[in-house]
Amino acid sequence: PAYKYQSRKWRCQRTKQRRQFTKRRCHTGVITGINPKNKTSQTMGSRSEQERLLRTSSTLYVGNLSFYTTEEQLYELFGRAGDVKRIIMGLDKVKRTPCGFCFVEYFTREESEQCMRYINGTRLDDRIVRTDWDAGFIEGRQYGRGKSGGQVRDEYRTDYDSGRGGYGKIVQQKILPKIP
Amino acid sequence: MSRRKFDEMSDYADSGRDRKRRRADAVEIEDRLESLILRVGEKSTSSLESNLEGLASVLEADINNYKSKILKILSDCAVKMPEKTTIYTTLVGLLNAKNYNFGGEFVDMMARKLKEALKACMWKTARYVLRFFADLVNCHVISTNSLLQLLHTFLDTARDDNSPQVRSDTYVYAVLSCLPWVGRELYEKKEQDLERLLKHIEIYVRKRSRKHVPGLRVWRSDRPHPQEEYLDCLWAQICKLRSDMWQEKHIARPYVAFDSILCEALQHNIPPLTLPPHHTDNTYPFPWVVFRLFDYTDCPEGPVLPGAHSIERYLIEEHLHNIVKDYHLERKQCAAFLLDFPLKHKIPLEYMIVEVVLAELFHLPGPRYIEICYGSLLIELCKLQPATMPQVLAQAVELLFDRIDTMNVCCFDRMVNWFSYHLSNFQFKWSWDDWLEASQLDPAHPRAKFIIEVLQRSMRLSYHQRIAEVVPEQFDCFVPHKPVAIYKFANDSAGDLPGSNAAHRLESVIRAKGTAMEVVQVLSELPNPLRENDETDPPYNPLQIQVFVQVLLHLGSKSFSHAFAGISKFLKVFEAVVGGNEEAQMLVLKEMQDVWHHHQQMMVMLSDKFLRTQIVTCATVANWVFSKEMMPEFTKNYIWEILHGTIRKMNKHVARLQREVNEARERRAGNESEDSSSDEEEQRPRPSEEEIERMEEKLEAAQADQKNLFLIIFQRFIMILSEHLVRCDTDGRDFNTHWYRWTIGRLHQIFMMHNSQVERYSQTLSTLLFTQDLDPHILDSFNQPTTRPCAISPWKDPTPQPPDLSSDHPTAREGASTSGLQTPHRKPHLRVLASADRNDSRPLSATCFHCSKANDRGQSK
Repeated sequence: PAYKYQSRKWRCQRTKQRRQFTKRRCHTGVITGINPKNKTSQTMGSRSEQERLLRTSSTLYVGNLSFYTTEEQLYELFGRAGDVKRIIMGLDKVKRTPCGFCFVEYFTREESEQCMRYINGTRLDDRIVRTDWDAGFIEGRQYGRGKSGGQVRDEYRTDYDSGRGGYGKIVQQKILPKIP
Repeated sequence: MSRRKFDEMSDYADSGRDRKRRRADAVEIEDRLESLILRVGEKSTSSLESNLEGLASVLEADINNYKSKILKILSDCAVKMPEKTTIYTTLVGLLNAKNYNFGGEFVDMMARKLKEALKACMWKTARYVLRFFADLVNCHVISTNSLLQLLHTFLDTARDDNSPQVRSDTYVYAVLSCLPWVGRELYEKKEQDLERLLKHIEIYVRKRSRKHVPGLRVWRSDRPHPQEEYLDCLWAQICKLRSDMWQEKHIARPYVAFDSILCEALQHNIPPLTLPPHHTDNTYPFPWVVFRLFDYTDCPEGPVLPGAHSIERYLIEEHLHNIVKDYHLERKQCAAFLLDFPLKHKIPLEYMIVEVVLAELFHLPGPRYIEICYGSLLIELCKLQPATMPQVLAQAVELLFDRIDTMNVCCFDRMVNWFSYHLSNFQFKWSWDDWLEASQLDPAHPRAKFIIEVLQRSMRLSYHQRIAEVVPEQFDCFVPHKPVAIYKFANDSAGDLPGSNAAHRLESVIRAKGTAMEVVQVLSELPNPLRENDETDPPYNPLQIQVFVQVLLHLGSKSFSHAFAGISKFLKVFEAVVGGNEEAQMLVLKEMQDVWHHHQQMMVMLSDKFLRTQIVTCATVANWVFSKEMMPEFTKNYIWEILHGTIRKMNKHVARLQREVNEARERRAGNESEDSSSDEEEQRPRPSEEEIERMEEKLEAAQADQKNLFLIIFQRFIMILSEHLVRCDTDGRDFNTHWYRWTIGRLHQIFMMHNSQVERYSQTLSTLLFTQDLDPHILDSFNQPTTRPCAISPWKDPTPQPPDLSSDHPTAREGASTSGLQTPHRKPHLRVLASADRNDSRPLSATCFHCSKANDRGQSK
């Protein structure tokens, strides 16, 4: 195999990356997370089934988007890695507004691999977007699963992020009462 | 040693277990040997020479037990790690000095490898084996005469007139590319023979055809840097090397240190080799033009950039291209390895990297990897070397912008796409002020156009306000419109437009989640303006289409998803009001343009959606692109994005059907031959003859559609170009305007991007459309093998070529008539029509200029 003919450093990193590539990832628990309040995401099957789906899936979860990033922008960027079948915007459960993530489905596995290689870690709207394998979109998963409707990570954030509604929800609640 | 310890231990073990463990032990040693060989030459604490010496003695000790394994590893390394050629040749040289038989076996093995590679058309492998042989001469493993003989065998292909030029080009290139390694040695020992060899090459290089070159150039102009074809360039570099007495400074030669050992070794002869003859199924490397962007004046003080004709430039470029190739799957690794180039202090590395990456991006007919691969690689390089890389890249963009007037349209598009993507990753920071002059230019001027298109694309990746703010106010003329929908029946403006009432009613019906039936009901109330008397029923109602499309797109204007959902929900309505009528389909596209003409991306997405849902056909989209209403848009990039997307979809469709037919046929044949069916076959029942026939019919219909699509596109091209030429001729104006160059460029682009499909129908095209009485300016674009690179090499398509439906095939004629194909506008007076050499160039399209096979491949199948 070709990797044998690369340097040692490269081989080590490559193995590490391979492991990560196939590792089951939990992006804020969307794949496996058990959330009794949101029953729709629970019909997902066993762990090995999950892994098989992840290996063959052509759907990606995209995270760390700005709340203001539009579907148009996503089509433009992700369309550069291949033909996009559909994009599902992540929405705030309560307000039904974009809440900083989406699912991108390609027509082929190969196209989604190219997206993982070349778009993961580059910028959109000045934010580094993160892409992860996803086992495939299921209705209901487009909604944030945080208490206040958005993504869970936006509950606990302590930094100020203007692209994602300022401070995290919990911090906001602590600050707000002081300003009448 | 672990082996000895193990032997002592084995006294206690029973014999079966003993054998097993011994085998495991052998595997372990083999693995260790492999890793030692693979890693020699990597960074280490001791010198390369002592490492090589140590490794040679380790291997010598193990040769008797592990000979075949060692041979295999070494021969693989020789081919797969060309940048370490000299290290491995030294190793082989040292082994040969110690064990003559081993050296002989290695040479035999490599000769076998060469033969297999040539047979299997693995040209790169063959080239590296030849180079390895050449370098083995330096290590006294191979005799000079025997190498010369092999080189002459390779050159003999140049005298073979019955095979295509690409074949002899490939062999001559292999010979030339090994000369930097062995030139000096040959010069010292066999000067006469070397000169004879070079004479042969010179004769060949002089007489070979260069008709394919213009089409493969990134720039039409040779200023400031000549754009040379790869073989010409390498020949010039070799000539320069010869005039430098074959001294080069790039290749590290570890064998020099071992000269005293090596020179005592006995030499072998390469077993005589007969080259496999040319076969029609052979594929050869596509010729290319060497991309030159920088010369030494572009680089600031520091190490000097090797000149375009110095051999170092070739060697470094080849190495960098190999790094990109090896690591293209991991951009971070790739960037790190590029920047960690072994000789980085002796050359202006950033400049060479940028040139190499851009060369790959602009490679014609298409880049080796997907475009974004290079975009993300350049971003990674900028991140990794923030002190120098962004500046060099900015300088490159400046130079590209300066030279954009003569840039190939394919490359222009790629540059727009890449640059907007790059800017979006760096906050759109750019010294826009340097380009202020462009705002005074004609908007069709390539520079102005470049800025317009870059801003368009940037807006797609960002938003309107941001782009408007980021550029200087002089560029207001270039900033795209705010991408908003324009609804014809908006309340305040459209009180008494026909259909206005129905439109408002339709709005409320759709808003109230009305069904397709209800929508059709509202629409059916509209009168048909086409109806003249009550007897005949017009095939469609333009007012219905207008109202429906306007309302639907207006209500779905919030996002793509809204629009798509609307279209999917009311597919039935589209079927009812549009049906298969081509004019009605055209109206759908026109209304879409009417609503969304400020939002190019929306139009691209919607036309894609209309195609996928089969509301419109590919042919209609092509006709719409060339329609009168679209003329102002004609040179904008998005139009061509739509058209190429349409062609691509059609090609994919045909390829899929072809694959299905092939699979079905295979399954059927496979089942007939062997009765025993495995589990897999039981699941997929064997297709009956009728099923296959049905599939073939479907395929044939799709191929007819595909051919029809190309016929329409080329016919429309010929029409508008002829019209332009005639008008300029009667008005006494110069025909060579910006518009003309863009349009001709777009025509070339179709040939370039879809060459294997176009090639399939070249016979029909040349008899129906690209006839001899056409204006030579247009005809050239078809006849030049350049724009149809397929014609110059038996370039193998991954999908098998179906037979070309000859022009008198019923479906072909039918297709031609339904699409309204009439004889294209002919040039009224003769430009060059009757001249003799025009007739001579005729065979170019019918039988290609040196390989008759490439063209009639279609029929022969």
